[in-house]
Amino acid sequence: MDVNEKLNIPELLKDLENYRPRRKGWTWRKPLPRDTQIGPFKYKQVSESLKNYVPLPAAKYFGNIDPQPDCIITTEIASGRFEDDIRRMRMAAWHGADHIMVIRTAGQSHYDGLIEGSPEGIGGVPITRKQLRASRKALDIIEDEVGRPINFHSYVSGVAGPDIAVLFAEEGVNGAHQDPQYNVLYRNVNMVRSFVDAAEAKKLMASVNMLQIDGAHNANATAREAWKVMPELLVQHGINCAFSLKAGMKKEYISLSTVPPTATPAPEIYLDLPYAVALRELFQGFKMRAQMNSKYMEADPREATVNHTMNLLISRLTSVDIQSTITPDEGRNIPWHYNNIAATNTAKQMLIGLDGIMDLVELKKEGPLREKVRELKERAILFLEEIIAVGGYFKAVEAGFFVDSAQYPARNYDGIVRHIDGGVAKDSVLLRDKDYMAPVCEHYGNNNLPASINKACDLIDGCTLCHPEKIIYIDELDEEDNAAKRLEAMAEHREKGLLRPEVEWYADGVISMQLFYPTSARVAEYAALALAEKMGIEEAEVINRLPMHPAEGTFLELKGKVNIDIDPAALDIPEEVPLLSEEEIRADIKAKPMAIVAATVGEDEHSVGMREIIDIKHGGIEGYGITCHYLGTSVSIEKVVDAAIETAADAILISTIITHADIHRINMRKLHELCKEKGIRDKVILVAGGTQVTNDIAVEEGMDAGFGRGTHGHAVASFLVEKRRSLK
Amino acid sequence: MERKDDFKERRKHLEGLSDEQLNQRFWELLDQVVDPLAELARTHTSPAIERSVLLRMGFSSLEAKSIVEKCQQHGLLAKGVGNVVLKASAISGRPYREAGLELAQGNLWSEVQAEFAGGAN
Repeated sequence: MDVNEKLNIPELLKDLENYRPRRKGWTWRKPLPRDTQIGPFKYKQVSESLKNYVPLPAAKYFGNIDPQPDCIITTEIASGRFEDDIRRMRMAAWHGADHIMVIRTAGQSHYDGLIEGSPEGIGGVPITRKQLRASRKALDIIEDEVGRPINFHSYVSGVAGPDIAVLFAEEGVNGAHQDPQYNVLYRNVNMVRSFVDAAEAKKLMASVNMLQIDGAHNANATAREAWKVMPELLVQHGINCAFSLKAGMKKEYISLSTVPPTATPAPEIYLDLPYAVALRELFQGFKMRAQMNSKYMEADPREATVNHTMNLLISRLTSVDIQSTITPDEGRNIPWHYNNIAATNTAKQMLIGLDGIMDLVELKKEGPLREKVRELKERAILFLEEIIAVGGYFKAVEAGFFVDSAQYPARNYDGIVRHIDGGVAKDSVLLRDKDYMAPVCEHYGNNNLPASINKACDLIDGCTLCHPEKIIYIDELDEEDNAAKRLEAMAEHREKGLLRPEVEWYADGVISMQLFYPTSARVAEYAALALAEKMGIEEAEVINRLPMHPAEGTFLELKGKVNIDIDPAALDIPEEVPLLSEEEIRADIKAKPMAIVAATVGEDEHSVGMREIIDIKHGGIEGYGITCHYLGTSVSIEKVVDAAIETAADAILISTIITHADIHRINMRKLHELCKEKGIRDKVILVAGGTQVTNDIAVEEGMDAGFGRGTHGHAVASFLVEKRRSLK
Repeated sequence: MERKDDFKERRKHLEGLSDEQLNQRFWELLDQVVDPLAELARTHTSPAIERSVLLRMGFSSLEAKSIVEKCQQHGLLAKGVGNVVLKASAISGRPYREAGLELAQGNLWSEVQAEFAGGAN
């Protein structure tokens, strides 16, 4: 696919009844040997680079390299419309995400069966066969584009776990959350049903090497004082891991969703590091999915990003197989496209920044770290002993053992209580009769198949896992609530190529704005809303309010809608001048030295702009080896030209900021005329700059080029070299 | 009503264990916790499990839902819904998918019930 082309969504939706996944199972990154050279550096913990990518902004100083960490990086996408999510997946993949986790719509876990078609979701997408196929088909294109396999992931939970597990196994979903404890504690699904269903679901997942992520991190997010639930977290991870092994999963496909439990201003590393070490010691051979802490996230993305950076430090000080990311705007629930990228980049930046750190430092073998690790393990063991003492897991849940806010063995008796005969889908489990039989593959438990057959599905001449052509594909069930209708609503807009801002859905019109008011937070908030109204921003809402001082002022972020379309065809966009590379400019100047004369001309004392263009410290043209004679401010045109003749300068650079009575134009014209008069115009390059100068104005007034606001030395140096070449 | 942190007393029997022994104990206890759960799953089924069997047999999600609901109503889910569909196929002499669709329509149930009642339980 051409990287300059957009994904063709209507095309993706075509012929899905015949789509088959190109592979099944989880794929890890391909690690590169220690000390692999990438650009100017040697790396210790990296994997194969991408074919197409957007590197970190500072990469331009390092040959545009984009080293990829050794671990998988996750991004979670949840807009409610998969046709929009697909575009975000492509953007995230270019920044280094290779695990795309699609959040399910609210309520799907209580839906008794599969959802079909492409209805719109809330806080996530309804996971359906059609949605999976269209997304996977898009990911096939995206993974070819970036040159790395992308793992697609969703959730096998709720009261339709086995149904969904079959669907995922058939459709090549690469990873999924599966943890019956999650159903029990947070979805109030009956506990017997949850465990019975989970065994079937896990066996199905295991059959296609789907990676499993557990749900223990939710205890951390739910408990009042999250740092106290660490012993319980070890127990919850343990129960799901042990149960998964019984259901036939291999250790290497069982991943623990582990979150550093606390956040600053707590002494974060002191609390979280021992936990991370204890977990990794107890669960050797299992995979670590390092989730980031979202429990204490407020509306400030800066604060969230720093917390996530601390979490990433823990990942590198211990180990990580899958680095999860939480968008820094999750706390305020505005899922901007950009913030998936921001979160992915935070992970990539930190993991690469900490590359090889354990060659330089080590975790202490004695002292508070080891003492705390030991203590956490012992507390977890005591927890398990008491589960057994009260009569097992179900009894323990009934007694409110889980998500108690005290640090075990202390108890506050405020844990989540569920009853064995309560919850969604209670009394729905039944004992299999002696002649129970299921003529399909990957079925867990007692199955009274005839002895004469080789394979469970022989009785039906193959099940869908062996013969995917037997799968019955349902396209849509709802004539109104579907992707085609949503696309149709905006079809004209798309065809015309109109542009409207968006946060998550095509042309949703959402923008955000940052501002500061020199007043208290509450007054500032209402002032900002009034401002938004005057600006024509609809549905305005303050999404972040940070007091700088009770009286002196408040920083605010506001979002709202502007349903204004811009037609790019009607824009007057000046042609972009490609710059010579810095290396090429330097080589040219080295081979043939260049000198220039520079001054701010007329009655004009502004010097900052010209210094920015010249000074080596500011990335100015001196840095490329150009000799600069700076004459100062308020210099007459005559003096500038005389100096140019005296030094045999290749170019004259004038700065002219004041524009009163068109004095900037007059100065340019005068410079051009005087150079002609002195007979040097064809030998000297004339350049004018200033805040109100444009290239068009400058050329009109006889200059060779003009540079306006925001120009850097690189652009000027590139122009000077190219122009000098053309003079020869 | 709170329980104080009595970790120091409770842990006494763990004090002498090496780190290795501690890890081992952790996993032994987990086995004790999950073994009954795995046994429960081995011997029981649910509507979702049975729907997942029908999906694998090549029924759509809508068909699977309908057949399993009727199977529950007729008290035959403990036989395994796939088993029921194959029985319906044998009785009617039609391919199992067609027989399954008949069951979804509410047909063939009494014949299947009679057949199972006559067989060994």
